[in-house]
Amino acid sequence: MDPLLSGDIGFAEILIVLIKVLIAFAGLMVGVMLMVWFERKLVADMQNRIGPNRAGPFGILQTLADGIKLFFKEELSPAKSDPFVYRLAPFLALVPAFLVFSVIPIAGNFSGDNTGVVTIAGHETLMQVADPQIGILLVLAMSSIAVYGIMLAGWASGSKYPLLGSVRASAQMVSYEAALGLSIATVLLLAGALSTNLIVNEQAGGRWNLWMTGLVPFVVFLIAATAELNRPPFDLVEAEQELVGGFHTEYTALRFAMFFLAEFMNVVTMSAVIVTLFLGGPNGPLFGITGWVSDYLLPSIYFFGKLFILLFVFVWFRATLPRFRYDQLMDLGWKLLIPLSLGWFLLVATVQVSQDQGWNPIVVVTSVVVIGVLGASLLRLSIRTGNFRRTEESEEAEDSHMSPKDPGGVR
Amino acid sequence: MTAQLISLFATETFEVPANIAFSIIAIFMVIAAIRVVTTDNVVHAALWLMVVLGGVGLNFLLLQAEFLAMTQFLIYLGAIIVLFLFGVMLTRAPLGRSDNLDNKQRPIGIVVGLLVLGLVSYAVIKTFGSDKLDFSAYDGSQAVAGNNRTQALSDAIFSQYLIPFEVISVLLLAALIGAIVIARRD
Repeated sequence: MDPLLSGDIGFAEILIVLIKVLIAFAGLMVGVMLMVWFERKLVADMQNRIGPNRAGPFGILQTLADGIKLFFKEELSPAKSDPFVYRLAPFLALVPAFLVFSVIPIAGNFSGDNTGVVTIAGHETLMQVADPQIGILLVLAMSSIAVYGIMLAGWASGSKYPLLGSVRASAQMVSYEAALGLSIATVLLLAGALSTNLIVNEQAGGRWNLWMTGLVPFVVFLIAATAELNRPPFDLVEAEQELVGGFHTEYTALRFAMFFLAEFMNVVTMSAVIVTLFLGGPNGPLFGITGWVSDYLLPSIYFFGKLFILLFVFVWFRATLPRFRYDQLMDLGWKLLIPLSLGWFLLVATVQVSQDQGWNPIVVVTSVVVIGVLGASLLRLSIRTGNFRRTEESEEAEDSHMSPKDPGGVR
Repeated sequence: MTAQLISLFATETFEVPANIAFSIIAIFMVIAAIRVVTTDNVVHAALWLMVVLGGVGLNFLLLQAEFLAMTQFLIYLGAIIVLFLFGVMLTRAPLGRSDNLDNKQRPIGIVVGLLVLGLVSYAVIKTFGSDKLDFSAYDGSQAVAGNNRTQALSDAIFSQYLIPFEVISVLLLAALIGAIVIARRD
């Protein structure tokens, strides 16, 4: 809970909140603009090209130029589209991306007894737009609402390729949300709170969740986040060779720009969420300095440094990894990531309980590992049996090809 | 909802902003609920349903039940309607109006709807009719002390109501297995 809002609320408090909203909005927009340029430039470097280099120094204004161009283009809507939903979809994609960023703490001193509270003109507050008790649930809820933009855009276009793209996208996002949520649950188990401020505070002094939860939830979250963002290698949503442009094939001008913006904004906010959950947010060594340097300068340098590294990793994924096939994507999500994150969640929970109860750690860990291995081999057995039966079935179907009993059932 | 209105109008703690917000949300919800059943486009019906369920979430927010509100958004908006839409798009994805959305069960539907309304209103009024709603009950200092509502809710679920909770989990598991059994081809 933000200490700013716990007392009486007057003009000054409202003004501070408005300024925070404005800074978050403007900062996010500029960050997204730079991210688009950074991605194009970095991918170009990795592919031995030059990349954008005309508008401004190093082509840094290229995104702005593209934005202005798209702004002045004519809005086209397909004749067979559903007009209202067609116009609504870009907003449904853009708004959740903004809202997620409001719960991200970007600065503040978390060392020692400090809880990230800074003082602006005599008013105590946190360096995030809002700190609701249910902080991280907001992130999950918004990432599940973001599905609507893509889904409705594909449907409302009234065309086959966008529809296929949006069906793919929604199936993918719904599947990977489970892994995303389960790996967040491990973090929440350690923090004991849903508020992002408390989660960051829990990681103060180098106790980052990256190693406190044992690396596995971080890896699962990173993969699931890449899939949730529909980025390469999971960008089947807009696989050019198969679907033209995917769900936004029929969109032009400003509406297309909004989808483009939402996509990159989601990358930035999702990286910020990973920094908050696993990399300690604005935590870092403060060298015993107090005052504005330790409140604003150093923490925000740490935060944006970590953010930058994650953004680099996402671009690196895009330049390096080839696209997954659709069944591989689903197998990875359902048969590997979800069981893995669930098993790891149970492991961390057991270790927590055994620490509280003072049980013998060696016995606990051994028994948990044995149970885990047993469970994993059972799962593997069932998957293999399923595959075996399926191949047997399709062979039978091929054998009885002359008289198909169930023509609709043949895949 | 009825009981809320009754208790609000009957008591002195009449919170004007909260009531105005509630009225606006309620009007939107009622209109959307009517449109869900009268619209002749399946996807539009799902979108109107989204407005109704989102309104429920906003009402939870008005009552400062943040956890319930977010769960509402997460489960109903983020999962259930997405699955509706997914099912529609995977099968037919009709653009424009469909003719076969209506059938001849309107009288039965109206009777059942009124019965459910009566039952729920009776139960709610009987249980909460004399309670006063306090919109300004929340105090920020409680959250710092760890005495917040989400925690109270989880404590209740995992101590006092543990057995009902587990029973519902088993029920959901049974439904899950049932769905797999029905969907399997062999």
